[in-house]
Amino acid sequence: MGKTLAEKIWDDHIVRQAEGEPDLLYIDLQLVHEVTSAQAFDGLRLAGRKVRRPDLTIATEDHNTPTLDILKPIADPVSKLQIDTLRNNAKEFGIRIHSLGDADQGVVHVVGPQLGITQPGMTIVCGDSHTSTHGAFGAIAFGIGTSEVEHVLATQTLPSRRPKTMAINVEGSLKPGVTAKDIILAIIAQIGTGGGQGYIIEYRGSAIRELSMEGRMTVCNMSIEAGARAGLIAPDQKTFDYIKGKPHAPEDFAAAQSYWETLFTDADAKFDVEITLDANTLEPFVTWGTNPGQGLPLNASVPNPADIKDSEERGAAERALEYMGLTAGTPLKKIAIDTVFLGSCTNGRIEDLRAAASVIEGKKIAPKVRMLVVPGSERVRQQAMKEGLDKVFIDFGAEWRNAGCSMCLGMNPDQLAVGERSASTSNRNFEGRQGKGGRTHLVSPLVAAATAIRGTLSSPADL
Amino acid sequence: MEKFIEHTGTGVPLRRSNVDTDQIIPAVYLKRVTRSGFEDGLFSAWRNDPEFVLNKDEYKGGTVLVAGPEFGTGSSREHAVWALQNYGFKVVISSRFADIFRGNSLKGGLLTVILPQESVEAIWQAIEATPNTEITVDLDTRTVSYNDVTVAFELDDYTRWRLMEGLDDIGLTLKHTDSIDAFEAKRASYKPTTLPIRI
Repeated sequence: MGKTLAEKIWDDHIVRQAEGEPDLLYIDLQLVHEVTSAQAFDGLRLAGRKVRRPDLTIATEDHNTPTLDILKPIADPVSKLQIDTLRNNAKEFGIRIHSLGDADQGVVHVVGPQLGITQPGMTIVCGDSHTSTHGAFGAIAFGIGTSEVEHVLATQTLPSRRPKTMAINVEGSLKPGVTAKDIILAIIAQIGTGGGQGYIIEYRGSAIRELSMEGRMTVCNMSIEAGARAGLIAPDQKTFDYIKGKPHAPEDFAAAQSYWETLFTDADAKFDVEITLDANTLEPFVTWGTNPGQGLPLNASVPNPADIKDSEERGAAERALEYMGLTAGTPLKKIAIDTVFLGSCTNGRIEDLRAAASVIEGKKIAPKVRMLVVPGSERVRQQAMKEGLDKVFIDFGAEWRNAGCSMCLGMNPDQLAVGERSASTSNRNFEGRQGKGGRTHLVSPLVAAATAIRGTLSSPADL
Repeated sequence: MEKFIEHTGTGVPLRRSNVDTDQIIPAVYLKRVTRSGFEDGLFSAWRNDPEFVLNKDEYKGGTVLVAGPEFGTGSSREHAVWALQNYGFKVVISSRFADIFRGNSLKGGLLTVILPQESVEAIWQAIEATPNTEITVDLDTRTVSYNDVTVAFELDDYTRWRLMEGLDDIGLTLKHTDSIDAFEAKRASYKPTTLPIRI
C-alpha cells in the first residue's frame, strides 16, 4: 500500500525505532524565539551540554518586542531582560539571530519562509504552536514545549509518537471575497477545537491547489486551532517558484526539486479520516465566541445556546456570549468594533497587507475605530513601503507599526482594554488573549479592512 | 526530574471545557526567564472572581485538578505546566487533553490522566459533596481511587517507566548518539542550513 505525504516525510526522518518506544525523529530546522527558549538554554548550561547543530537553528525576536520605537531600549525591564537573554544565549551557543532593526527580524513563521529556509520534506519545530504554518511547503512542522526545545538543541532529534493522518479535501473554487482564512475558520467550526487531535492534517483539493503560498500558510497556520499536531500541503510548482531566488534556496535546485517532486500522497494510500468541504458555497467567516471553533458565516446571527444539544458545548456557548457581551439572535454584521488588528503569523504577510490595502485605499476609517497594521516581518514592512502601502494605511487612519506578534497575543504593550472589541486577523479569540477583558472576533484581512471602514463586522461586498 | 510513583491529595473541580493555555497563564506572565514563580499567573483572569474554585477555602491545598474536556488547547507554552506545578498541582484529570500540553506535562512530571467524561463527572460530584475527599493516583497500577471507587486509566509503558524512574529524556536520547551520527552522515546535501548566513 502507498504512503501519505506525512508518512513519507516521517519515515525519511526516523533515526531510531524500537518496540514500545516513540520514534526518534531527526529535526531539520529549529526556530527559536525569546519566550520559550530561556529555560531551555539554562538547562543546557546546567548539564554542560552544547547545541548540536547551530547551523540548523535560527533565532529571532517577535513575541515580546515593541512595535513602536524599536531602536530605543525596551521600556519594560522584564521584557528587556527576556530579549537580552535570547541575544546572550544566541551569542554563547553560536546561533544566528535576527534582532530588532534587522531586515529578517519578525514573526518566526514569516521569517523562515522568506529566507527560503523552509523547504518541502523537512521536519521543523519551534517552541510555538503556530509552527504548523511551515506545513504549507510540504513539511512536517509542529509546536513544542520548552523541554523539547532543549531536547532538540542538545540532540537535533525528538522522540515522537507517529500521529494518525487526516485528509481535508476542499473542492471547488472560492467566490470573490472568500479567502484562505475563511476556509480554515470553516474547517475548525466543522470539526471543532479537538477534531484534529492526534492527527497530521493534509489539506487537499482544487481550492487548496488554487491558493497562493501565503494562503496555504494561513490554512496550515491554524491547524493547531483544530487541535492537530500539524497540517501540510503537498508541494507543487507554486512551492518551487516561491523558494527559487530566496537567500537559502538550494544551490543544487534541480536535485532538491527532484526529491520534492516525490512528496505527495500515493494514489493507493489510506488516511485514517477523510473530510470534504465545498469551497463553492463558502462565505466570509467570523468567530462569535471564545474559541476558534465558535465561528459562523458573516451573514449569520449570534447563536442561541439553548439550541445546542451537547451540554458541555451549550455551557461553553453561554459563557462565551457572556464574556463577549453578545445577545443571541443579533446579526453578526450589527456588532460594532473598537479595534481592527491586521497582522500575525496567520495574516501578516505581504499578500495580506495588499488585500486589506486594496479595500481601504482612498477611504477613511470609521470614527472611534483604531486600526493597527503590524507587518509579519521587517522585510514585509519594507516591501509594503516600497509599494506605498504604508501611505495607504496611514492616509486611511490606521497605525503603521514595526514587525512582531503584537496584539495577536498581547504580550507587548499592544493590547485591548477591558471590554474593548476587536476584529483581528490573528488566530485565537480566547478570553483575554489580546488583553485582559478584551473581546476578539477572528476575521480575514478583507473582512478586517471592510470592518474598519464601516465600524461593524463587514465584508467588502457590504461597502 | 522527580520520580512519580503514587500521589494522594485532595481535588479541585474545574467545571469548564476548552481551558486553553492562555487561560492557564496569560502571555503577560511569560516574561520570566526561570522555571519558577509562575503560580501568580495561574488562571489569573478568573482569580479575581471570589467564586472561582481556587479562591474557595474548601479547595485550598488541592493537588489534583479535575478539569473539563479539551484542557490545555492553544499555545505551546510550557509555562502552563510550570504554573500548575508551581501552584502545587501534581495531577490533572480530564477526558481530553490537547496534544502539546499533554506532551509538555509528561515531560515535566505533571501527570495528566485521561478518564472517560462519566468518571470525571463522578469525581466532580464526589469532591463537590465532600471537598476533602482524598484522591490517590497510582502510576504503578495505573488507577485513580477515591472513597470506594477505583478507575483505571491508560498510559503507555514507555512514558510510565520514564515518569516512575524520573528519567531525563535528553540523557536517554544521548545514549543513541551513534544512530544520530549515522543518520546525519547520509542526510541529503541540498537540505538547508542557517549558517553560513546568506542574504
